[in-house]
Amino acid sequence: MARIELKQIAHSYLPKPEAESDYALRRHDHVWRDGGAYALLGPSGCGKTTLLNVISGLIQPTEGRVLYDGEDVTDLPPQRRNIAQVFQFPVIYDTMTVYENLAFPLKNRGIDAARIEARVGEVAEMLELTPYLRRRAMALGADAKQKISLGRGLVRSDVAAILFDEPLTVIDPHLKWQLRRKLKQIHERYHLTLIYVTHDQNEALTLADQVAVMVEGEIVQVGTPQDLFEDPQHTFVGYFIGSPGMNILPCAVEPGAAVVDGQRIPLDGRLSDKAGTVQGALELGVRPEYLSLAESGANGAVPVAVKRVEDLGNYKIATLSLGAHTIKAKLPEDQDVPGEQAFLTFPPERTKLYADGRLVA
Amino acid sequence: MGKWEDNKAWFLVLPVFVLVAISAIIPLMTVVNYSVQDIFGPGERYFVGIEWFEEMLANKRLHDALWRQFLFSGLVLLIEIPLGVLIALAMPKRGWGVSVSLVLLALPLLIPWNVIGTIWIIFTRPDIGLLGVAINGLGVEFDHTAAPLDAWITVMLMEVWHWTPLVALLAYAGLRAIPEAYFQAARIDGASPWAVFRYIQLPKMRGVLTIAVLLRFMDSFLIYAEPFVLTGGGPGNSTTFLSIYLVKLSTAMDVGPAAAFSIIYFLIILLFSWLFYQALQNVGTGDRQ
Ligand SMILES: Nc1ncnc2c1ncn2[C@@H]1O[C@H](COP(=O)(O)OP(=O)(O)OP(=O)(O)O)[C@@H](O)[C@H]1O
Ligand SMILES: [Mg+2]
Repeated sequence: MARIELKQIAHSYLPKPEAESDYALRRHDHVWRDGGAYALLGPSGCGKTTLLNVISGLIQPTEGRVLYDGEDVTDLPPQRRNIAQVFQFPVIYDTMTVYENLAFPLKNRGIDAARIEARVGEVAEMLELTPYLRRRAMALGADAKQKISLGRGLVRSDVAAILFDEPLTVIDPHLKWQLRRKLKQIHERYHLTLIYVTHDQNEALTLADQVAVMVEGEIVQVGTPQDLFEDPQHTFVGYFIGSPGMNILPCAVEPGAAVVDGQRIPLDGRLSDKAGTVQGALELGVRPEYLSLAESGANGAVPVAVKRVEDLGNYKIATLSLGAHTIKAKLPEDQDVPGEQAFLTFPPERTKLYADGRLVA
Repeated sequence: MGKWEDNKAWFLVLPVFVLVAISAIIPLMTVVNYSVQDIFGPGERYFVGIEWFEEMLANKRLHDALWRQFLFSGLVLLIEIPLGVLIALAMPKRGWGVSVSLVLLALPLLIPWNVIGTIWIIFTRPDIGLLGVAINGLGVEFDHTAAPLDAWITVMLMEVWHWTPLVALLAYAGLRAIPEAYFQAARIDGASPWAVFRYIQLPKMRGVLTIAVLLRFMDSFLIYAEPFVLTGGGPGNSTTFLSIYLVKLSTAMDVGPAAAFSIIYFLIILLFSWLFYQALQNVGTGDRQ
């Protein structure tokens, strides 16, 4: 069990990084709570693997310190940190049996045979690998191999945190949920700190109690799935979480309103005042769930053209165009959508403003 | 059904069949044909059955050449495979050093085989050769044309110099193909460098090393040009390997025995290649009870 703290951490794969874009991990602070189950979401190449490797010690960060429970471990190699890591493709030692695979990390640490036997037995039992202990690991399926990789982390009684780098990518869909459930059990039983990288937001939302979203080498938001849904701190979070994602429209701001293609969209007065004080390109963000569509123009509604309506059973998705921009609205299934022209209402309390991708609040 | 018999697709296989027939089956059958006949001249021949085979299997000089050949191929495998793997492990993994070392390694492989013999004749000559003069200068008598042991050492050195690069290149390719995650997992598991070699690198090189062992076994078992140029099979018969002996036989116009010998030779190589292949494919893969 450990609280993992990153202090002013930054990493670049280049020998002499100069511009900010040279960094795979941009300088930032972050704390992973002791015993938390985190999902780490983000687009390809945003630095998720780099971040995990910095935490586990496979990579020495260019700048900053890594602390486990307040103790500085930045200069320790991975085997001296109480950490386990499971990779995208299962890593097993081909010529060893399942038992030998699980015993390997303990053997390397000079632990006595009786203790190894007890630990391996316990972990194998939990991962349902007991019947295979004497089998060659190489002959087993991808899911069993991935369990072995995980097991090699769990056998060490000192392990404080387990890092997963998209561990279920190569697992058959029908086995995925079993493994996911197993992971949840393990987390509940050992209260390990768990950081789980995934591309799949469903996986992230079912497994983790906290979701961290990373963009361009930086963690932009950590929160419960609900926080991420209701209060995206970054346009990427809005766009990535939810289906369909948040509508993001470039805009200008006037007192009490955002202007998109000449149309005034009412904004919270406090927000429009703030907009004058921030730097960067402004964008308006609103979730499709909060928009409402009507045939006639109510107060503050803007005229839109209806391009397409998809009926998805218990709701409808309307694709609308406002000037040059496309907007999606999620509507109740019983609503009749007008054929061509309609009026869209943006609720001011749900309409967010972003400057250079970051929430203006 | 007629699916097999009438299928026009058989015509698609025909070119391959003709090629294999011309390149392998027909020559092989010619040899089989000679091996069971005694031929005095054009049109004068009679069937002798397995007589040549019996004669060859009882031939003392053939036995000597065969044991010499096994010793040679055994030494070649014992030296070249570990040495090649060591070189591959020591080679740089990235940067300009990679291309430099690859080119250096490939050089001996690009030289024609009989030229290799000539190079080493000159290199080891006791009067003008760099190596020969150097060794004799140290006070050690060294002359591969006079002493059998010196001849063996020279042939081995030449063979190792010539072919270890191939093993190294194969092993290097095998090592580079191991995903980085294996090494990362090993670091987290606290594995020593030896354990990384023993449990990751060596098993992952199984495929390329199987190829290396088979190639080096077959090739060294068939070795002809280099020792023939270097020592001519001497001094005495000390470096007369199987193929050198075979050529001596067939140029003496003993086509029948030479053909019988060729077939025995072929079967030995086939048998041992199969044994090596089976052993390397199966080592460390069975379950343990
Ligand atoms: N070993 C390396 N050398 C140089 N650059 C690297 C290396 N590994 C990653 N990078 C670069 O660093 C950035 C972050 O990579 P990283 O692998 O951490 O992304 P990721 O979020 O894990 O992506 P993915 O979802 O595809 O796994 C990328 O731009 C990548 O090209
Ligand atoms: Mg990655």
